[in-house]
Amino acid sequence: MADDYPKVDRVMGGASGWFSIALPAVLFLYFLGLVPQIAETPQVRGIEWVPSLGIGLSVLLDGLSLTFALLITGIGTAVTLYSARYLGQHPDYPRFVAYLMLFMVGMLGLVLAGNLISLFVFWEVTTIASYLLIGFNADSAKSRRSALQALLVTGTGGLILLAGMIVLGTVAGSFELVEILSQGEMLRDHPWYLAILLLFLAGAFTKSAQVPFHFWLPNAMAAPTPVSAYLHSATMVKAGVFLLARMNPALGGTEAWFWMLTLFGGVTAVFASVMSLRQTDIKQVLAYTTLMALGTLTMFIGAGTHYAIMAAMLFLVVHSLYKAALFLMIGIVDHATGTRETGVLGGLAKAMPLTGLAAALAAVSMAGIPPMVGFIGKEFMYKAGLGLGGFGAIWVTVMIFAASVMMFVVAGIVAWKPFRGELRQTPHAAHEGPWPMLAGPLVLGALSLIFGLFPGILAHYFVGPATHAVFGEVREVHLYLWGGINMALVLSLLTFLAGWLMYRRHEAIRDRLTRIEEGSRVNFDAGWDRVLDGLKALAAWQTRLIQTGNLQTYMAVIFASFTILVGATFLLRGGMGSGINYQADGIHPIQWTVLALIAMGAILATITSSRMTAVAALGVVGIGVALIFIMFSAPDVAITQLLVEVLVVVLVALVMLRLPHLPVRSASGFRAGHAAIAAAFGILSTLVMIAVLQTPFDRRLTDFFEIASWPEAHGRNIVNVILVDFRATDTFGEIVVVVIAAVGAYALLRGAPGARPTPEDEEPAQVAAADKGEKV
Amino acid sequence: MELLLALTIGVLMASSVYLMLDRNVIRFLFGLILLSNAANLVIFLSGRLTAGAPPLIDEGAYAPTGVVANALPQALVLTAIVIGFGLLAFTLALVYRTYRSLGTVNSDEMRLAEPVSAPRTTPHPDPTAAPGTPPASDPTLDKTDATTTPTGGEARA
Repeated sequence: MADDYPKVDRVMGGASGWFSIALPAVLFLYFLGLVPQIAETPQVRGIEWVPSLGIGLSVLLDGLSLTFALLITGIGTAVTLYSARYLGQHPDYPRFVAYLMLFMVGMLGLVLAGNLISLFVFWEVTTIASYLLIGFNADSAKSRRSALQALLVTGTGGLILLAGMIVLGTVAGSFELVEILSQGEMLRDHPWYLAILLLFLAGAFTKSAQVPFHFWLPNAMAAPTPVSAYLHSATMVKAGVFLLARMNPALGGTEAWFWMLTLFGGVTAVFASVMSLRQTDIKQVLAYTTLMALGTLTMFIGAGTHYAIMAAMLFLVVHSLYKAALFLMIGIVDHATGTRETGVLGGLAKAMPLTGLAAALAAVSMAGIPPMVGFIGKEFMYKAGLGLGGFGAIWVTVMIFAASVMMFVVAGIVAWKPFRGELRQTPHAAHEGPWPMLAGPLVLGALSLIFGLFPGILAHYFVGPATHAVFGEVREVHLYLWGGINMALVLSLLTFLAGWLMYRRHEAIRDRLTRIEEGSRVNFDAGWDRVLDGLKALAAWQTRLIQTGNLQTYMAVIFASFTILVGATFLLRGGMGSGINYQADGIHPIQWTVLALIAMGAILATITSSRMTAVAALGVVGIGVALIFIMFSAPDVAITQLLVEVLVVVLVALVMLRLPHLPVRSASGFRAGHAAIAAAFGILSTLVMIAVLQTPFDRRLTDFFEIASWPEAHGRNIVNVILVDFRATDTFGEIVVVVIAAVGAYALLRGAPGARPTPEDEEPAQVAAADKGEKV
Repeated sequence: MELLLALTIGVLMASSVYLMLDRNVIRFLFGLILLSNAANLVIFLSGRLTAGAPPLIDEGAYAPTGVVANALPQALVLTAIVIGFGLLAFTLALVYRTYRSLGTVNSDEMRLAEPVSAPRTTPHPDPTAAPGTPPASDPTLDKTDATTTPTGGEARA
């Protein structure tokens, strides 16, 4: 799979490869140096970013963020070393490195953020980097679909989370985590607590792939194997868990928190374990066990006791170590044999002894067998589960027992079955992997053993401070391999027994699960497609509804909205005023005549189906308006109006000759709806006009122009002075508009492809030119 | 008089809106002309009416003697008339050009930028009437050269 691309000759990925290895390694050492200090006292450092919004780039360094930072950089080093060999000769390897580094920076920023908003920004960076990495093989439609699915699911969750963060920040009065975390009691009693909780859980559950949002994670395995190991197992998918852990002091400890987290987490853990047994592709098996781990972590953070938090933090480290190692291991096997199918692989131990060793170390830890750290993890989970009260204890213990049994089986499927027995025929002859690919899984596997033998280091430097940060108060954390004979040990032994029995029959179980799945009608992946199709259909529907592409509809919507909005404002604000005081006397018969002419001209232009009648009627209206200007002391306006009106009539008449006749009125018919809109618009205009006339008249501006016109601008025609002096810039703007209109009209008429310029064609262009001349 | 003028404005507005809601762009154009006139009258009337006293300053005086008409709305209307004319000239050119290119003055049939995906109404019998409609979706438009011949308009002009 990883071999079918044109190779580029690069040793260890060239410069980008070495850079990508050095960066996480250096950061890892830096964070490692901080460990002893942070184990004692958490620190906040930072710089201001957008101080006016209370957004800072503050860094919150405590046991939790430092443990995550070490996992990110440590596993990051293993993964980049591995990918330099695995993908170093891929033509797009530098692009891959860029995405991977982007992700790493985003993830580090996320866990170290001391401010909710900056945390969100980094959260989104990891989402986008994940999208780019899943879709790295952009030629494959499956990759693109999986990438988009992951982006949409986690991106939607991210936006919901942002809403939750804003509500939380508003309630707490700060976006700084330190201040939010210290107000836990106030927040839990706040009426908006449940809303905040649900919004946060939507973000965390999508990111950490809890049922029913889990389906994107197995699909995300379309990414190259190192990406699956890094993002979709050890780090990014734990961002949701990290968020829950981070917010535990502020939001945790309520009934709602307990049940939401333990129910969703427990269901996810068991559902995922069962589904993992169903898979035959080992990478898919591992993908589902990652879901199981995420569910387990969610469940224990929800349980919330000191023991439960400790178990969660311990399992976080345990899982990252063994799961990253197993993913990298299956990448080597895939690389060497050309297949990941559990039915095909067998007897690899002889051909690939070191790979087998790494697989064994990781898988034994996964199965929870002593002396690996996985055993301690499982013991403490049982203890934490048994330590809860009431129904919660039964629920958590049963869930964790079921999940652990199946982890035992899965460990056998991924790391025992492919390596034992006779060497089977595979697409490529099996051979040992190169050292850069082996180093990571071997070191990670060895760490699982070392931490199992010396759990004190883990407890003192990592699990203890992390538990302290999540739980909110300091308590002794003591990890041990042998705790004497107790209930947890009995459960462990039962787990092994049940696991071993199930492993013996796992193929039969798989067949049955396959049949159940095929018969089942619940398919989340297909459901996702239906949701997307529905969304597209909705978008198409509303586009058809709103953007009809029909001028008539647009105009109707615009005029109707205008009428409704202005009309509603008019009525609500008492625009009718004190009524109308009407004096009909004193109106000259000429005024009556002019107004009647205007009204009749407008109506005639509306009802006629003759173009020339309409043009003439419009001319009557225009001349009537000019007469109004003359009667009421506006000679300049009247002159302009007359000139323009004549020009308009001539131009429109000229163009009309080249346009088709108007349809006979019956063809378009009387449009009652449009008439109603028009009538409402007209009536409203009149009413508003009357209301305006009833307001006291403010002459301040006019007075200024009257007084200043001669002394300041030496003009006796006040209208002219306003146009060319006081508001000269406006007049300049007006000229520009006219010029643009002229240029536009000219371009329309001359630049027409296919329109042969004829003498008549040029007339409208002259119109525009004449218009310019008229103004100057 | 003010009240009567307000009523006239209402008639002008109603007529122009009704015309602008027509699917025939020539009628739309008429509506635009009326709307422009109505808007100018609104501005003019808002500044109150004063008969027989243009806003001029007598020779030798520093300010108008007695009450003169409000100069401010007159200046605004002057500008508005010219801009309205520019808009009209451009729209006229656009209508003409549209007719030359698409062979129709019916805005329903101007679907070049936003083609109707599903054939919902019977298009104009003239092939040039709906050049935006994809040929495959409409059996009457098998002559694909419909999109390239702007002669339909000329033939009828």
